[in-house]
Amino acid sequence: MFVYADNAATTSVSKAALDAMLPYLTEYYGNPSSLYAFGQKAAEALQEARETVAKCINAEPREIYFTSGGSEADNQAIISAAKLGARKGKKHLISTQFEHHAVLHTLAKLEKEGYEVTLLDPHSDGVIRVEDVAAAIRPDTALVTIMFANNEIGTVQPIAEIGALCREKGIPFHTDAVQAAGHMPIDVKAMNIDMLSMSGHKFHAPKGVGVLYARRGMVLTNIIEGGAQERGKRAGTENVAGIVAMAVALKESCEHMEENTAKIIPMRDKLFAELSKIPHSKINGSLEHHVPGTVNMCFEGIEGESLLLLLDDAGICASSGSACTSGSLDPSHVLLSIGLPHEVAHGSLRLSIGEYNTMEQIDHIIETVPKVVSYLRGMSPVWDELQKGERPHLI
Amino acid sequence: MALYSEKVMDHFRNPRNVGQIDDADGIGEVGNAKCGDIMRMYIKVDDDQVITDIKFNTFGCGSAIATSSMATEMIKGKTIDQALELSNKAVVEALDGLPTHKIHCSVLAEQAVRAAVKDYYDRKGIAYNPEDFREMDDEELHEHCGV
Repeated sequence: MFVYADNAATTSVSKAALDAMLPYLTEYYGNPSSLYAFGQKAAEALQEARETVAKCINAEPREIYFTSGGSEADNQAIISAAKLGARKGKKHLISTQFEHHAVLHTLAKLEKEGYEVTLLDPHSDGVIRVEDVAAAIRPDTALVTIMFANNEIGTVQPIAEIGALCREKGIPFHTDAVQAAGHMPIDVKAMNIDMLSMSGHKFHAPKGVGVLYARRGMVLTNIIEGGAQERGKRAGTENVAGIVAMAVALKESCEHMEENTAKIIPMRDKLFAELSKIPHSKINGSLEHHVPGTVNMCFEGIEGESLLLLLDDAGICASSGSACTSGSLDPSHVLLSIGLPHEVAHGSLRLSIGEYNTMEQIDHIIETVPKVVSYLRGMSPVWDELQKGERPHLI
Repeated sequence: MALYSEKVMDHFRNPRNVGQIDDADGIGEVGNAKCGDIMRMYIKVDDDQVITDIKFNTFGCGSAIATSSMATEMIKGKTIDQALELSNKAVVEALDGLPTHKIHCSVLAEQAVRAAVKDYYDRKGIAYNPEDFREMDDEELHEHCGV
């Protein structure tokens, strides 16, 4: 059985999105910047997509900027707010330890350019506290950027409260909503969000297309210079087909959000319930504040990459925060930020399910994971020491 | 291209010589759980200094398990002297290569064999030059993971 359980990494393109985009690759392939009617046909599609996306998050169409994805949107939002702040002598940026690297690396770059960055620690439940944000705010704070939902552990942050705080203090607030868009209700007006990033391929649109929402009045700095596309704020001929698909996929996801959530939650809860029966396992992140589909757990005494390879052999696509799978040399910064010891973080497993998964697939995961964990523990000297009491259990 | 060669995947999926030896003549353990890999090797040595049996336990990624397996296969039935000649490079070659960031797994495998031999020498009271067993300390071996 093949089970794709890595929907937080990427998703399949929905049929509706694919059907909507294809004509813009073959029939209506004109450049939206061209004057003639054939080009204007593409321009109209862009405008319609902009209206659709805006409606899904309660924004205005002119506040929607199409980008190449979530990373570009994050880069542009943060750099824009930083430059804007610097002009007023404000060079302090607030974020969190467990952001996506698109945010963290952009902040690190700005730090080298003379900005001061405060990275807040999430609590052990994977949730940032609004009072911690309030305490970090200074007169020279130029931006607060806090993710909507964490990509590894799926915890949802108190975005509306942070938004209200920032609005009251007059500080621009950006949120990386890549893991939330299409999966949770977003209302940029009610939540007082000034800028927000989305990525199409996390909600059944193709890869390579995303959105930066920037509230009217937010002055954007170009990351890509060139033509006057996207109100002069993002140069480059628009990915018309991708944008059309993204709008359709987002609308579809938002319209079916309740039924999708109702389908996903029982599958997720079954995974949590059954996999928690594995001794010395731990669920990472608060279940109370959680996106529907993400399951993140640690299993003591094993390492994540070998777990993933054996799950792959059983047809299951999943991911892990172990150092060996991150391609870097440390285990996941997210798991470390919620206080997990290194040796536990190495044994993490993320399963992210979506509405296309079935209960039969969940049962296959539930049947496979305990066997694989037990097999790997059987050859693990760490498990051996834990069993013999030579090493204390950490979870 | 896949991350690992067919040989690596074969040794990962069907590791040779997994287990422990209760009456081992030498046990070597290297690595650090914080860094995500620990290898432990058990050897049984006869009077002619031939390694008649070898087993391993490994906590680690696919290549850590595969290099342990390959290393044990390469020295089983060999003499202690031959085992000491086993290089991490030879293990990598026998596995048809490893990704660059996994080479340290093969170093661990080589070190685990040497640690087991040293333990055997210590138990039997066999004299050796400590310089030959200047173990790479954890810090050096695990410089990569910054813990």
